[in-house]
Amino acid sequence: MKFENQAARDDGSPGVTRRAVFHTGAALATVTASSIVQAQAAPTASSAVPGSQAMAELPPQRMAITLDINGQARQLTVDTRTTLLDALRENLQLTGTKKGCDHGQCGACTVLIEGRRTNACLTLAVMHDGQAVTTIEGLAQGEQLHPIQTAFLKHDGFQCGYCTPGQICSTAGMLAEVKMGMPSHVTRDLNAPTGPLTDEEIRERMSGNLCRCSAYPNIVAAIKDVSGVTA
Amino acid sequence: MKAFSYERPNTPEAAAMAAARPGARLIAGGTNLLDLMKLQIETPVHLVDINRLGLDRIEATSDGGLRIGTLVRNADLAADARVRKDYGVLSRALLAGASGQLRNKATTGGNLLQRTRCYYFYDTARPCNKREPGTGCAALQGYNRIHAVVGASDQCIATHPSDMAVAMRVLDAKVETVSATGARRVIPIADFHRLPGNTPHIETSLQPGELITSVTLPAPVGGRHVYRKVRDRASYAFAVVSVAAIVDAADGRVRSARMAFGGLAHKPWRVEAAESALAGSTLGDASGAAFNAAADGVLAGARGYGHNDFKIPLVRRTLQAALNEAAAG
Repeated sequence: MKFENQAARDDGSPGVTRRAVFHTGAALATVTASSIVQAQAAPTASSAVPGSQAMAELPPQRMAITLDINGQARQLTVDTRTTLLDALRENLQLTGTKKGCDHGQCGACTVLIEGRRTNACLTLAVMHDGQAVTTIEGLAQGEQLHPIQTAFLKHDGFQCGYCTPGQICSTAGMLAEVKMGMPSHVTRDLNAPTGPLTDEEIRERMSGNLCRCSAYPNIVAAIKDVSGVTA
Repeated sequence: MKAFSYERPNTPEAAAMAAARPGARLIAGGTNLLDLMKLQIETPVHLVDINRLGLDRIEATSDGGLRIGTLVRNADLAADARVRKDYGVLSRALLAGASGQLRNKATTGGNLLQRTRCYYFYDTARPCNKREPGTGCAALQGYNRIHAVVGASDQCIATHPSDMAVAMRVLDAKVETVSATGARRVIPIADFHRLPGNTPHIETSLQPGELITSVTLPAPVGGRHVYRKVRDRASYAFAVVSVAAIVDAADGRVRSARMAFGGLAHKPWRVEAAESALAGSTLGDASGAAFNAAADGVLAGARGYGHNDFKIPLVRRTLQAALNEAAAG
């Protein structure tokens, strides 16, 4: 793992700016041995006053990482600002994962990180160096659709389809949570074993995935159908 | 989003040291911080990622309570068998918040540190003393339906958005920290969040760089645990008003009651003096003098700002509903 300081890369102009050299020099003076990762260009603390408005702006910071995407090790170099969602779509061309609101409100970007459903728009790619990510592209086995995909087709669990990859990945994560016995807001008894997946439970557990076409009745039917198969 | 450098220290002490540098911020789940960074409300120049510090376990304490590592995810805390059995109000509060995806990512310490959802804090075109001290408060004369009715100031009427923190307050949790110097301290949850006063941008008693390492719960608090949340839709919405209550009753009479409120103030709102009014009263008697005394105590000094006037009667009704739920067993 290493950082690159390619100050001008994202604005299209070549070379290293004076400011980048200044920052790199300052960072070298403040390196601490405790870090397993360390930026070559770090903030200049000496003359700055607290408060974000007063901080000097940094040039873009880049970092090499490895992600295990759908069982394949993928090496990439990203700007530290890159969300996992943008790394998937823009760096790795895995465009099955959708960008809806980009603020964690719609669930269209849901992927599984180390098996757990997560909004890919609200986490940074660099935070997941070395971790396993499963996207909608990784659910099917070749031409054999995942049972959740089959159920969404069978029950017509979508109209425009934009939220569907997120709905399906979220369903996969949600069913795993049910299998582990995790309760929900509508679970009556916190200490009883998780009961059958009722419509009420499905709606509550899937409330982080919005569908503007409002295909909810069919989404619930698809999940109810498949929950017996995979749970 | 503004550019930032990134590091992942190996120890809590190293993280606190790195985070004490001007412009640095700690990041754990990131579900609130990254949202604010995209909007350039938060503009750190350095991020200190604490996700791999191993502070993700829940352990028994010597006094019969639990120590919750700061990195325990909200979903895991809500699902922990010990929490479900002995601290039901905490499980319920966590499950009432956010979505399945967010609860998988959001952490215990991060949840306490999440920032207000005041519309004007989010709108960089409007004045906000919390975002930019000294610029004024657009909510005072603005659309303030979600805003505070107790503990506010003429500088800020924002509310704290957390459900979990309300349950932590009713349980008398303690926040354990380490600072950049390596010093450790314990902060009672009552003293952790601050009222806005003249410094609404200072939201907690943490010092720069000070890192939450864990949150401890005392030995189980007996009684019925209830979390009642009123919101604008059935799921995945912030509280308009919420009540965390623990009611110990026998033969229909209250022995003791605790109650903390969300959606009312800049911090989880609890008035211990009001709780004693309920002792000895008939459980579920919302028309009695004891209930009125308790509700009046909670709402002492309450005032609306126009659009949020409805919250004051809503607090009484939500408390009534919570006590009825406790009575129903």
